[in-house]
Amino acid sequence: MADEGKSEMTLPASDDHKKYNETRRTFLKQSSLLTAVALTPPGMLQIVELEEKVDEQFESVKVTLEINGETKELSVEPRETLLDLLRERLDLTGTKKGCDYGQCGACTVHVDGQRINACLAFVIMQEGKKITTIEGLSKGATLHPMQEAFMKHDGFQCGYCTPGQIMSAVACIQEGHANSKEEIREYMSGNLCRCGAYPNIVKAIEEVKNGGAKG
Amino acid sequence: MKNFQYVRPTQQQAALETLAQDDKAMFIAGGTNLIDLMKRNVVLPEKLVDINRLPLRKIEPTSKGVRIGALASNSEVAEHPLIREKFPLLSQALISGASAQLRNMATVGGNMMQRTRCYYFYDAALPCNKRQPGSGCGALQGINSKHAIFGFSDKCIAVHPSDMCVALVALEATVLVTGPKGERQVPFKDFHRLPGEHPERDTNLEKNELILAVDIPASSFTQNVHYLKVRERASYAFALVSVAAALDLDKGTIRNARLAMGGVAHKPWRLMEAEKALVGKPVSEETFQQTAALAMQGAKAFEHNAYKLKLAPNAITQALKTAAGLS
Repeated sequence: MADEGKSEMTLPASDDHKKYNETRRTFLKQSSLLTAVALTPPGMLQIVELEEKVDEQFESVKVTLEINGETKELSVEPRETLLDLLRERLDLTGTKKGCDYGQCGACTVHVDGQRINACLAFVIMQEGKKITTIEGLSKGATLHPMQEAFMKHDGFQCGYCTPGQIMSAVACIQEGHANSKEEIREYMSGNLCRCGAYPNIVKAIEEVKNGGAKG
Repeated sequence: MKNFQYVRPTQQQAALETLAQDDKAMFIAGGTNLIDLMKRNVVLPEKLVDINRLPLRKIEPTSKGVRIGALASNSEVAEHPLIREKFPLLSQALISGASAQLRNMATVGGNMMQRTRCYYFYDAALPCNKRQPGSGCGALQGINSKHAIFGFSDKCIAVHPSDMCVALVALEATVLVTGPKGERQVPFKDFHRLPGEHPERDTNLEKNELILAVDIPASSFTQNVHYLKVRERASYAFALVSVAAALDLDKGTIRNARLAMGGVAHKPWRLMEAEKALVGKPVSEETFQQTAALAMQGAKAFEHNAYKLKLAPNAITQALKTAAGLS
């Protein structure tokens, strides 16, 4: 392998990269003058120089989001994904981490009404947006019609993909792509179910669609 | 994931300047490919310049056709009434790509800039000239079942993964870019590169340039078009081979034709010789088989992708038949 003999096996082991890492470490050790980036809503850019000691939070940025109807002011590192924020910091563990690479759909949530993969979304890029997770779909103890339909039709076995399936299914109807079994299958293809509950998932979606229930 | 600095300019000029200030800075739009690559340590930006607040999202008719802003999402473009009516080939290609969730996130500019899904590129522990120039091509003697049959070099046999780009090259789109030297127009067929000696360069976008929009000229390819994508499952998979076919028919005779393939080369593969050969011919399976044979001239397979030499011409024939209404 090309990386043989290099210490950082998981990184492209070019000399450039090594040099860069060393430079960065030296910089972090020696410098007390850091350039940090602060954002002022609605997105105006300010670059401010802060005189402070290096600490873990030096790159954290304030973000305001609306999650399931509640406004949240958060301090996040740029690299934090929406999925990790929901699960690890807000205890909204209904949204599942399946592959973490946008291949399975288990992390599907709605952002400003559109379904997306939360694993491929940086929190910092969602400033001012409205997020809905599976926890925000039901109204208290009253389940969303899609949740009811999934239970009625056994639209799951192990249940791990189910929150993502339901979020995607609700969006699928809202988008107007639930007009036939074939169309539902095509527009639900971003949600994998390894138990193979697909026929029942399609039935659940058809029922909600035909029942005229709100998507 | 390695951390990075994040900036969100609201002006185009500020975005360009911020990018130019830092050699390890990159633009981010939808992020569906870039974040994936960052998680795998394949791409390691020091700074991300979020361009989502730039006003580049419009899809609007122009005197010559349509202009699609670089930040329009793949689903917005696919669903847009003007695109569905006048450029259905593009709509079909977009809908065949990725999933509904990813299409909501992914942008037109980002789709063009996405990287190959070659396993050797994606695994930072393996050799890849595209990721790490000079380290060798792992696929050449390795697992190469998804790889190129046209236009490759001994440095790289990866394929371009986009469906959208296959339709755009067939529709003779133009890319509007801006950068330190001002705006320029790039014909879509010249936007992506063949690997040659420099597979690390996917496109001819210059350093510190930004894609602003894609222009598609109005054409007569509004009716008899088909995007055929052959893959390992029915949906949500990259193409083994895909074909964008567009015909302008005068009763049973072909007046004009466009043909391009995906999954076969380092760039969207336009088949201009085959297009020319179709002009004036009658619509028939025989015509399309002859065209497919012509299109395949010069194709060469590796150890695991010889199936493409059969699959590709069959896909061309089928796509043309469907476009012509023969099947």
